[in-house]
Amino acid sequence: MAFLEIKDVRKSYGDFEVLKGVSINVERHEVVCLIGASGSGKSTLLRCVNQLEEVNGGEILIDGDTVTGAGVDLNRLRRDVGIVFQSYNLFPHMSVLKNVMLAPTMVAGVNGKEAKEKAMALLESVGMAEKAGSYPDMLSGGQQQRVAIVRALAMEPRIMLLDEITAALDPELVGDVLEIVRQLAHDGLTMLLATHEMGFAKEVASKVCFLEQGAILEMGPPKDIFENPQEERTQQFLSRVVKSGRL
Amino acid sequence: MTSAPGLVRDDLQPAPEPSPPQQVANLAVFALVVDLFGIALVVYGAKLLRDYNHGHVLATLVGALLVLISLYPLWPTIQGFSGARKRSGLLGGGQLVAARRAAARGREDASIGLGYGVAAIIVGCLMWLALTNQGAVADTFFRVNAWSQSFSQAIQGFWINIWVAVVSFVLVLIFGLVLAIMRMLPGRAGAPLRLIATVYCDVFRAIPAIVTVLLVVFGVPLAFTFTQTWNSAYLGVVALTLTYSAYVAEVYRAGLASIHPSQTAAARSLGLGYAQTLRAVLVPQAVRRMVPPLLNDFISLQKDTALLSIAAIPEVLTVTKLWESKLFTLAPVTLAAVFFIIITIPQARFVDYLVNKDAAKRAGG
Repeated sequence: MAFLEIKDVRKSYGDFEVLKGVSINVERHEVVCLIGASGSGKSTLLRCVNQLEEVNGGEILIDGDTVTGAGVDLNRLRRDVGIVFQSYNLFPHMSVLKNVMLAPTMVAGVNGKEAKEKAMALLESVGMAEKAGSYPDMLSGGQQQRVAIVRALAMEPRIMLLDEITAALDPELVGDVLEIVRQLAHDGLTMLLATHEMGFAKEVASKVCFLEQGAILEMGPPKDIFENPQEERTQQFLSRVVKSGRL
Repeated sequence: MTSAPGLVRDDLQPAPEPSPPQQVANLAVFALVVDLFGIALVVYGAKLLRDYNHGHVLATLVGALLVLISLYPLWPTIQGFSGARKRSGLLGGGQLVAARRAAARGREDASIGLGYGVAAIIVGCLMWLALTNQGAVADTFFRVNAWSQSFSQAIQGFWINIWVAVVSFVLVLIFGLVLAIMRMLPGRAGAPLRLIATVYCDVFRAIPAIVTVLLVVFGVPLAFTFTQTWNSAYLGVVALTLTYSAYVAEVYRAGLASIHPSQTAAARSLGLGYAQTLRAVLVPQAVRRMVPPLLNDFISLQKDTALLSIAAIPEVLTVTKLWESKLFTLAPVTLAAVFFIIITIPQARFVDYLVNKDAAKRAGG
């Protein structure tokens, strides 16, 4: 049984069906990448996993327990499922340290001193310790994104969802952020990530899913998807990515 | 991508002629005419001022000072003329770039002369307006002896305006919050309360404040006889609270709604509940945005305390209107206006300061 099971998930906004029955399994310690054009449903799928969006059909199981539908303790679920957004979404009125400490102290009930030590250790590990007292507005995009990753990690999630976390960054800042994700993958964190960084996906993913208009068109090991795509749409997508210099 | 010949065609875009320096002399002449007209008006106004005060030394000095100030715009205008001369000299010598710069400086100077000249015309007109017809305007609105007679009672009355405004606003902040929370209750369970709060806000924003004051101050003692012993200013507080809570509820709601949904998404995805998200993430950010509009509502409330005069509550307008009928001049009412100006303008400036600070912070972010 896979750690995360997404079974035939459907999601609509009004008449527009964003996800048309998507099924993916993510094993423990596995890194799965979602690729596909903008609007193909990658972000929506990630937001369904931690229930920021309610699904309209199908179900999602984490560690064998259904997390979709009524009666699920969402706050409990979200402690286990970390998410990092494309636009960082740090809390602008709190220092970097407070951003990281907020959820552990408020939700997990860790005492202040312990939470601070842990937050500082995490910030240290991504090279942001000396910015602990700064406010998000004073940081570069890459620095903000590193803090956002640490903020999610502070809750010790069992799975991380990364939603195009380098898409808003200047090219020279992407590397630092990807290096952290690489390290997390190496440490065995289970991750489901949407990305436009094909080279990175090729490197860290054990499985790549190509989404097209809300459905998975092709799924398999990165070697197969990138070097020998079977579907015509996958081939077209990848050739356009190559033209833009991203692969 | 292959290059596309034909997208850029040099032959369709001939090099433009170098632009000539702008005209200066005509602007300077116009500025001079305006300046002279302004000076003439101010001189006439100064004469009226002196006549009205029967040649009093102070009035003469003030008039003379205003005339002196009105002469100032002549100076930049003259510099504008010298810019015009320089421009034609340089242009004749073939120094196009230098001529353009001289012309730009000359126009700038002449424009300054023009702007100050127009201001002198406005001041001159105001002096004329205030003192014409043997000082009818001054007698009606600005009679100093009427001010000094009514001052001590007016300021006692104004004290009522201030405490009514402060007490009302404290109540408004609380009641408005209750309304705002009711309006934001989620789901079907909250629907009836949402509806009640929405209807309340719509109704009390639709009714003119003066109507609410009238209904409450005269109606409540008839309907609830135990309030007949109350100081009627308390009923004024009730009326203003009812009205302004509707506005303030809207400020609260809009402030919270202005925080981007991604902040809620970030907080909720960390496991924070709805109340925790409100407390730790939304409210602290929204408060900063709510302070300027709340202060604006507070300023409006202060001014609307004058509405209590319709119920003969002895606030500043009631008192000064009594003096008006006693002295046959509106000057005491002008005094009430001055009181409001004195307390309101610093607050308005403070709001501007907060708004600018916020804007600068966002631009700098």
